[in-house]
Amino acid sequence: MLDFPRWKIWAVSLTVAIGILFAVPSLIAGTPLAQNWPSWLPNAKISLGLDLSGGSQLLLEADAADAAKQRLAAMEDTVATELRRGDPKIEVGDISTAGGRLSFLVRDPTELDAAVERLRTLTQPIGLTGSRDWDVSVVDSTRIVLTPTQSGSAKALKDAMTVARDVVRRRIDPQGTKEVTVINQGDRRILVQVPGVEDPEALKSLIGQTARLEFKLVDLTADPQQVLQGRAPPGSQVLPLADGTGAMAVKRRVMVSGDQLTDAKQSFDQDGRPVVSITFNSAGARRFGRVTQENVNKPFAIILDEKILSAPNINEPILGGQAQISGNFTVQSANALAISLASGKLPVKLNVIEERTVGPDLGKDSIRKGAIASVVATLAVILFMLITYGRFGVYATAALIVNALMILGIMAIFNASLTLPGIAGFVLTIGAAVDANVLINERIREEQRRGRKILDAIETGYKEASTAIFDANITNVIAAVLMWYFGSGPIRGFAVVLMIGIVTSVFTAVNFTRMLVALWVRRKRPKVLYI
Amino acid sequence: MKLLKLVPDNTNLDFMRWRNIALVLSIIATVASLALVGTRGLNLGVDFVGGQMIRTTFTQAIDVDQLRSRVGGLNLGDASIQETGGPKTYQIRLPKPEGGEAAANRAASRVRAMLEQQYPGARVDAVETVSGKVSQELATDGALAITLAMLGIAIYIWLRFEWQFGVGALVTLFHDVSMTLGFFSLTQLQVDLNVVAAILTIVGYSLNDTVVIYDRIRENLRKYRKMAIVPLLNLSLNETLSRTMVTSLSILLALGVLLLLGPDVIFGLTIAVFLGIFVGTYSSIYISSPILVWLGVKPDSFLRAEDREGAQPEVA
Repeated sequence: MLDFPRWKIWAVSLTVAIGILFAVPSLIAGTPLAQNWPSWLPNAKISLGLDLSGGSQLLLEADAADAAKQRLAAMEDTVATELRRGDPKIEVGDISTAGGRLSFLVRDPTELDAAVERLRTLTQPIGLTGSRDWDVSVVDSTRIVLTPTQSGSAKALKDAMTVARDVVRRRIDPQGTKEVTVINQGDRRILVQVPGVEDPEALKSLIGQTARLEFKLVDLTADPQQVLQGRAPPGSQVLPLADGTGAMAVKRRVMVSGDQLTDAKQSFDQDGRPVVSITFNSAGARRFGRVTQENVNKPFAIILDEKILSAPNINEPILGGQAQISGNFTVQSANALAISLASGKLPVKLNVIEERTVGPDLGKDSIRKGAIASVVATLAVILFMLITYGRFGVYATAALIVNALMILGIMAIFNASLTLPGIAGFVLTIGAAVDANVLINERIREEQRRGRKILDAIETGYKEASTAIFDANITNVIAAVLMWYFGSGPIRGFAVVLMIGIVTSVFTAVNFTRMLVALWVRRKRPKVLYI
Repeated sequence: MKLLKLVPDNTNLDFMRWRNIALVLSIIATVASLALVGTRGLNLGVDFVGGQMIRTTFTQAIDVDQLRSRVGGLNLGDASIQETGGPKTYQIRLPKPEGGEAAANRAASRVRAMLEQQYPGARVDAVETVSGKVSQELATDGALAITLAMLGIAIYIWLRFEWQFGVGALVTLFHDVSMTLGFFSLTQLQVDLNVVAAILTIVGYSLNDTVVIYDRIRENLRKYRKMAIVPLLNLSLNETLSRTMVTSLSILLALGVLLLLGPDVIFGLTIAVFLGIFVGTYSSIYISSPILVWLGVKPDSFLRAEDREGAQPEVA
C-alpha cells in the first residue's frame, strides 16, 4: 500500500488535472469568466444535442428506384454518344429501358461485335473481384442488352450518396458558417441536423428538389393531338408543364444543362416578377451562345426535374453566358431554386422519412432542471458517503467530484454531444460511480473485522475488490456498447456518457483514491481506522 | 466519529430459507407482467408505431375536452391527447396521415396554426414525424439490442465464471426486463426510444449486484471447500449485503433527485431505471443466487478439470 511510486503519483495527478482542465471551458461557458480564460488553454466545449439546443433533424433516404432510373438514363446517353458519334459510327435504334435494362438494336448485324467491344470499354471494374458495373450481352444476335450488376448499382448509389451529402450541406449552409451536421448513415441515408431552426419546412423545400436543370429545344413539328396522348416524334419526348396545365414536346437532346452553371441568384425581371438569374461557365456559355444563335425565333424549354418551367422564345442570341429562368415563382421559391441550382443537382432523389423538431425553450428548461438535479444528486450522494465511511467517504467524495469533471472533460475532448438522456446518464453515473469505492471500503471493513492490521486490511481491500469491480463494470460496458451501436442521436449521447463514466469511475475509484489513501497512510501512520 | 452502518457487522440472515417462496412470487410476478403486456399491451410512442407527435406547453391550465374536440375538428384522423409532466404540457398524437409526406407536413402545420389561434402564447415544444418504415426499424433494433445485451452479458458471465452462473444471469435479466415491461403496461406510460435505453441500462446495472455476489460466491467456493452450497450462498450474501445496500441506495438517491427535480421529458427513462435498480437488487439476492443451488453448483466447480484428475492418484 505504501509503495505508491512517485511516477505513479505524477501519472495519476496529471491525468486528473488534464481531465479537469478540459472540463472548465464547458462549465464557464456563458459566464464572464469565459472571457478571461487564456486562449492557450484547451477551449473545446461540450456541444449540445439537438434535443437540448433546439432545432430540426431530418432523416433522408435515397429513392433507390429513382437512382436506378437515372443511372439507366445516363447510360443511355453515354451509349448513344459513343456509338452514334464515335468513329466509326454505328447505327442503333429501338432503344428501350424497360425492366431496368437498356436494350437496343444494332442496324447492321456485321457491326454487332464491334459495338459490344466498344460498350465493354465503357463499363468499369468494381473492386478487385473482376466484376464490372454493367453486364453487356447479345440477344437474338441483333440486340444488345446492358444490365446493371448488383455491385455496380451498389457502388453507384454509394457514390451518389457521398455527392448528395455534399450537395445537401451546400444547400442548407451555403456560406459554410452554421453548425449543421450532415452525415451519411448506412448505405442510403443522410442525417441532417440544424440547430436553431424551429420550422423544418424551409429546410425541406431546399432538400426536396433534385434541381436537375436542362435547356431543350421545343419540338415544333409535334402534332398537338399526339402530344396530348403523350406521344412525341422520334428524337423528342413529352414533358408536363410545371404548373400542371398541360404538356409539351421537346427535343431529347440537351442544349445546355445545370451542370454548366457557375452561379444562380434570385432576382427580378423587368416586370418585377421574381426570377432566378444564372451564370454559365465558359464552356456552357459558348454552347448556349451557339445554340441560341442557330435557333433564333424558336422557343426553348427550361426544364427542372423533368417538368417544364417555361418555354420562352429566343429573341436574339444569348452570348454573355447569363440567362434568366422565369416561372411562377414567389421570392421564396425563386430563392430556394437559386440555392439548389448553385449547389448542384442532387444525384438521387431524397425522401424525408423521419423528422424531429425541438423548440428552444424546452431545451433551456431541460438544461436548467438537469443542472439542478445533477448538483443536488451529487450533494446527496456525497452526504451519504460521508456519513457512511467518514474519512474514506471524503476520498470517495473526492473521487466522485473528479469523476464528474473528468466525464465532462473527456466529452469535450471528443467533442461528444450532451443530450437529454445524457443528463440522465450523468446523474446515474454519479450514483453508480461510488460503487467501486463502496466495494473497496466494504472490503476494508470486512478485512479489519477479520483481524487484519490497518495496512494489511487496506491492501487486501483494494486487491480483493478489484476483480468484482472489473466484472461488474464489464456488464455495463456490454449494455452501453450495444446501446451505442443500435441507438440513434439522443440515445447515443446517453450511451457515450455511460461508457465514459464507467472508465472514469473505475480510474478514479481505483487509482485516484488509492493514491490519496496511500499518501495519508504514509504521512500519518494511523493506529485505528474508522471505516 | 460514529459512522452510519446501514447493515450491522457480521449479519447472519438466512436468505436461502425463503428461496422457494421468493421463487413462486417471482414466477407469478413475471408471468403476470408478460400476461399484462400480452393483453393490455404497451403504449408505444411514435418512435415505434410511426405517426406524429406534437408536444405543447400552454400558458395556463386548459380544458382537455375542448382541446380534444378542437384537434378532432381538424379531421386528421384518430388523435390522442395526453398530459405529460404537469397540467400545462400536453402531447397530441396523430396517426400516420394517408397521402405521404406532404400530408404529414400539412397536418403538423394545421395543428400548429390551430394552437396559435385558439391558445395565444402556447408554445410548441417539439414535433416528431416518424414514417412507418423507420418506426419498424427502430422497434426491431430496440428489441435486438436488448436481446443481444442480455445474451452478451450472460455469455461473458459464463466465460468468467461457470455455465450455471451464465444461466443465472440470463434468468435474472429476463425477470428484470419482464417486470419493467409489466410496469409500463400497467401504468400505460409511453414507451419510446428513451425507454429502450432505460431497459439496456437496467440490463447493465441490475447485473452489477449479481456479479458482485457471484464474485464472492466464487471466492468462498474456493476458500471453503467443505461447506454445503446453501450456507455458502447465505454467507456470501451476508458478506456483500452492506455493499449491495450502500450502492443501490446511492444510485436510487441520485435517480430519486432526478425524478423530482429533473426534466419532465426523461421521466419515463428515469422511473424505469429507478424501478429496475430496485428490482435488480431483489433479483440479485433471490433469483441469481438460488438458481445456483438448483443448477447444482458444487464447491469443486471452480477447480480446473486437470486439478481434479491430478488430485486422484495422490489420494490413491
